[in-house]
Amino acid sequence: MELGIGAFGDASRDPRTGTRISEAQAVRNVVESIVVAEQAGLDWFGLGEHHVPDFPVSAAAPVLAAAAQVTNRIKLSSAVTVLSTDDPVRIYEQYSTVDAISNGRVEMIPGRGSSIESYPLFGYDLQDYDRLFADKLDLLLEVNRSAHVTWEGTTRPTLTGQYVPPRAEHGQIPIWLGVGGNPNSVIRAASLGLPMATGVLGGSATRSSTNAQLYRHAAQQFGNTPEQTLIMLGSPGFLMQDGRQAREAWWPHWRQFMKTVGEQRGFLPPDRASYERDTAAGGGLLIGSPEEIAERILLMHEHWGHVRQYIHIDMGAVPQKDLLHAIELFGTEVRPLVQRELGNTSVDQLIGRASMPAVSVSGAAS
Amino acid sequence: MTVPINRVAILGAGRVGTSIARTLVDAGYEVTLAGSGRPANVEMIAAFTAPGASARWAHEATADADLVILALPLHRLSSVNPVVLAGKLVIDAMNYWPPVDGTIAAFEDAPAGSSVVVRELLGISHLVKTFNHTGYHDLEPDRRPAGHPERLGMAVAGDVAQDVALVAELINRIGYEPVALDRLEHGQQLQPGTPLFGARPTADDIRRSVTSSVVHSA
Amino acid sequence: MSNPSDRNQLPSRPPEPRISDPAPGGLHFGIGTFAFQYDDATGTPVPGAQVLRDVVDEAVAAERAGLDSFGIAEHYRRGMMDSAGPVVLAAIASRTETLRLGTAVTVLSTQDPVRVFNEFATLDAVSSGRAQMIVGRGSAIESFPLFGYDLAQYEELFDEKVDLLMRLLRDQPVTWSGRFRTALTEQVLEPQVSAGAIPVWVGVGGSPQSVVRAARFGLPLMFGIIGGSLSRFAALSRLYREASAEFGQVEQPIGMHVHGYIADTEEEAVERFWPVWSAVMNAEAPKRGWAPYRRERFDAEVAAGSLLVGSAETVAQRIAAGMQLVGASRFDFVAAASRMPHHDKKESIERFGTDVAPRVRALMMQPAEAATR
Ligand SMILES: NC(=O)c1ccc[n+]([C@@H]2O[C@H](COP(=O)([O-])OP(=O)(O)OC[C@H]3O[C@@H](n4cnc5c(N)ncnc54)[C@H](OP(=O)(O)O)[C@@H]3O)[C@@H](O)[C@H]2O)c1
Repeated sequence: MELGIGAFGDASRDPRTGTRISEAQAVRNVVESIVVAEQAGLDWFGLGEHHVPDFPVSAAAPVLAAAAQVTNRIKLSSAVTVLSTDDPVRIYEQYSTVDAISNGRVEMIPGRGSSIESYPLFGYDLQDYDRLFADKLDLLLEVNRSAHVTWEGTTRPTLTGQYVPPRAEHGQIPIWLGVGGNPNSVIRAASLGLPMATGVLGGSATRSSTNAQLYRHAAQQFGNTPEQTLIMLGSPGFLMQDGRQAREAWWPHWRQFMKTVGEQRGFLPPDRASYERDTAAGGGLLIGSPEEIAERILLMHEHWGHVRQYIHIDMGAVPQKDLLHAIELFGTEVRPLVQRELGNTSVDQLIGRASMPAVSVSGAAS
Repeated sequence: MTVPINRVAILGAGRVGTSIARTLVDAGYEVTLAGSGRPANVEMIAAFTAPGASARWAHEATADADLVILALPLHRLSSVNPVVLAGKLVIDAMNYWPPVDGTIAAFEDAPAGSSVVVRELLGISHLVKTFNHTGYHDLEPDRRPAGHPERLGMAVAGDVAQDVALVAELINRIGYEPVALDRLEHGQQLQPGTPLFGARPTADDIRRSVTSSVVHSA
Repeated sequence: MSNPSDRNQLPSRPPEPRISDPAPGGLHFGIGTFAFQYDDATGTPVPGAQVLRDVVDEAVAAERAGLDSFGIAEHYRRGMMDSAGPVVLAAIASRTETLRLGTAVTVLSTQDPVRVFNEFATLDAVSSGRAQMIVGRGSAIESFPLFGYDLAQYEELFDEKVDLLMRLLRDQPVTWSGRFRTALTEQVLEPQVSAGAIPVWVGVGGSPQSVVRAARFGLPLMFGIIGGSLSRFAALSRLYREASAEFGQVEQPIGMHVHGYIADTEEEAVERFWPVWSAVMNAEAPKRGWAPYRRERFDAEVAAGSLLVGSAETVAQRIAAGMQLVGASRFDFVAAASRMPHHDKKESIERFGTDVAPRVRALMMQPAEAATR
């Protein structure tokens, strides 16, 4: 089992102080978090893409590239790449470049993402979502497979054997399909032979876990190998040594985050009672002490059988020092507890990717 | 329309459709799920996420159904063939959510609420709005038997009293206290942006929140 | 998640004045590079990924050698690894402190200025304010079919995209409409950079129209020089000054971007550079309808044209003379527009920084003397 961190690059207003850090600082905070995650022994770091002042990382690949130079081991991923409004050729070029810089540590999660601001920004119509995503995913997989790309679709000009460099050094870049919970998307992941990245974003820790069974069954129907049939799971998370204190500290930030999301989508922010329910044993928010969180991950594993769990940590302006401390606890305390039960087989081993030697560029990485 | 509901067809085997299917199967209904196309995938979806429900083409599922539930994204509504709904009792569980649906002019300007527009677009008469104000993930864990002190409420809005009563009975059976609203346009008060939306209200919360004159006991 | 106008409630930072780089009276020495795949000692091409790691290493060497900037080209073809410049620059940012990080050039005609802004603003954030760029046509055309643009519209594309990019960099929120992308209404882009903080130069080859266009934009001008006499560029530089005045634009710096190679002696430099440079030129020749590149031509370019090949002393003198002739205050040495092995490129970069640039600075202090050489 691998453990990792997910981030957006948070520049929202601190609900307690009313202040905001600069957007540039938010971007640099991500690089710092990645460094600390690696030091804490974590396996993976995923970065989202948005185009709003609260989440100013509008280009994830450069941030991952910056982090690649000051880390040696941790996997670097998009989480998620908003594929529908981007060009798969450019996406591949950017991520294969990060792959080069990082000596083969890159992964991608193409997905819908939860935000929609990129549609008007790049001139797309949200009602075309299904067609855009299917078409662009098809091309992304093709560019990942073949150096010379011949492709025809409806969302971008035809490719007639163009060479798309740089080619990733160690074969295809691992691509996980981001799935929000719609069972159709689960089947799509299986039908494409892709591993699936999905989330538990509250409620009960085991909610929607029937999707795991659906995924495995569908994968079998499509004749996928076990190497292709993997699940990674992300959940909002925050840790402090004392679980009660963690829940207390996280609450105003979570409330603020959900309030902004709710304002956009027309629902009220969660009340304290539902927060208590979702953070208690069996709840889907991984907020608590290292022991509590380890236990929760084990519970989720019984239902999901996933191979990687990450916590999404930077929402609602949690102070960076508290974030870094939580990352540290997740790596140094939760990871050993979880791996004692579930072993430490890496995802690379599971997908049959030889573990990359940690080549270090002269003078790279501290 | 007086036959009690037994067979239910759900159009849309997504998050909401499968959640509703599970609660209906638990309550003893005969449930069929349908997607926009061939039933192959839906069969698999039903087997794993709503065991006990079957999967068929939409026109087959609706043909012998006593009740049809619309649980597809609103921006896909035009892919529903209205002919299969003719004369049927239909639940609209859908919401207009520009973040997912994009901007749709007909729903941007809907002073009587999205369900009234849905009814017009489909050209049907027996439409009831319910389920829409509950998060799909809350639907199952929040069920409570009648009389339970923490039982939550579910609003049921429609113009035909008989339809509302039939659907209210179904809501009651799956584990919520139905609160009947006697006009479909009162469904407006259940839409995104209203205090009831996603709020996990009790029946009393609903009665307090919606204009009192429209409430009558179910 | 929040409303864009939310940002306007930030304690407003005073708009920073446009940074002129180099500042008036100052000089700027940078490196330009192309990420060519090269052969290892056994004659096999090294992996493309290694080429990119080498580029990072070369940039670190450039900073250590005291240079001001490092710029990466943009291509989309076999054997060249520079398809995502800002990503490589962000990696370089983590291993350098003062080096300005830019492009040479960003092929703006086939990019979306919004994405360009996103990438460079992100680069600017990770590098704490060191992003810059040179925008231009580039000399290659493969990006047009690749991204679905019509080469025949090159000028309209470039004009529209420069216009939008500059709006995005200087005065957000932006309301804009054009022919080649969707309109923007009161748009702010993330991450925020203060107005004008990311310098943009316009790269031009030798076309007078392009020079006039740069003047109209009021942007600093970078000559990309791949051959011919430098005096030709002196004339273009006068044109640029005059056109700028005519358009009522303030005077902006001029730069030169020139290829070369530095070794201990003239002979060594020539013998090492000839095979790699002629290979590049001859690979391009058939595509562009050029005559085959011959040794006589090369020797002439080295002797009196615009190839800076030789010892540090000769190259420095040629540069100083060229800069004075053209009136340039920035000089970018293109150390790697060839399949030259990493080690040689890096050495040439180091020599440019430690041996050549200081000599040029010194020579530029005594203009009369340098010019007469
Ligand atoms: N998410 C919530 O918590 C929630 C709560 C209450 C109400 N709602 C509303 O419920 C509706 C469904 O939401 P959701 O989250 O369940 O969406 P979803 O997960 O995307 O699932 C919708 C499903 O509908 C299917 N579909 C599309 N056109 C169809 C057609 N003509 N006939 C039958 N099936 C069709 C789609 O599959 P195919 O395209 O393969 O057919 C898709 O799997 C939306 O209007 C939403 O606003 C959502």
